[in-house]
Amino acid sequence: MKKIAYILATLAVLALPCERVSAWQPPAAQDGFVPVEQLGNQEQLPAAPLVAGAYGVAWAAILFYVWTIWRRLARIERELADVARRVAPGGR
Amino acid sequence: MTRLFTVLLIVCIGMFGYAPFLIVNAPYESTMGLVQKIFYFHVAAALTLFLSAFVAGISSAVFLFGRRPSADRVAVAAAEITVVLGLIVLVSGPLWARKAWGVWWQWDARLTSTLVMWLVFQSYILLRRYGGPGSERLSAAVAIFGAALVPFVYWSVNMWRTVHPTTNVVPTLDPSMRGPFLFCVLAFFCLYALLLTTRTALETRRAELEALYLALED
Repeated sequence: MKKIAYILATLAVLALPCERVSAWQPPAAQDGFVPVEQLGNQEQLPAAPLVAGAYGVAWAAILFYVWTIWRRLARIERELADVARRVAPGGR
Repeated sequence: MTRLFTVLLIVCIGMFGYAPFLIVNAPYESTMGLVQKIFYFHVAAALTLFLSAFVAGISSAVFLFGRRPSADRVAVAAAEITVVLGLIVLVSGPLWARKAWGVWWQWDARLTSTLVMWLVFQSYILLRRYGGPGSERLSAAVAIFGAALVPFVYWSVNMWRTVHPTTNVVPTLDPSMRGPFLFCVLAFFCLYALLLTTRTALETRRAELEALYLALED
């Protein structure tokens, strides 16, 4: 009796991976080929222009902002020099 | 100031010059492919955006409760940079989403809260420009409110069901992607330090000019 129980337990342990294997189903066989033009919009969309656009916008925004700071700083420095000349004794 | 500016400028040019090589050599993500490379600038800009919003909020609080004009100058600079960084995040995100999700925009928690935070800092800038006398105190309160939104924006992806990836993505990054990513984050932090010092210097010079005009009137 003990021997039968041991054999059954061994068989059950050995059957476990078989169960997992039988649960796996191979992908369905392909009935035909689909031309890339017929794919959905999302799959057709090339990624390169989007990546280039994202990095381009980031660079453009940073450079434009640096340029605006530079321009404002130059204008204030000019104005400061002008006002300082007028404030100085003997100025105006 | 000039020495710090020069050092930061050289480091920034070096880092932003080298970053594209690291990004190009980083591996392709298995499901998204090339478009995932937007991640390196998009997330780095977003983290710097959060930092900038905090700087604006804390400086505004110091100005509001401590009455320190220098803190207000830092707040103005930080708020303006927050708007620029927000623009980068809000443009690069939809470009990535168009390929990854199939749509430019989704009104989900992360995207909507980021847009709201960006609009709050836009309103700060508009208030400063057109608010008239006394607007600096009102705008300081707006900046504190904007900074308070940062934790909501950050954790929105974990609290609500969204299409945006969760905050778990960055800590579990593959080492081959983590290196270029951390480099880009450092580059953005360095750029932020450079922009903040320069923009604050501009505000300081503007205050000096106003003082001189007042002296001229007396």
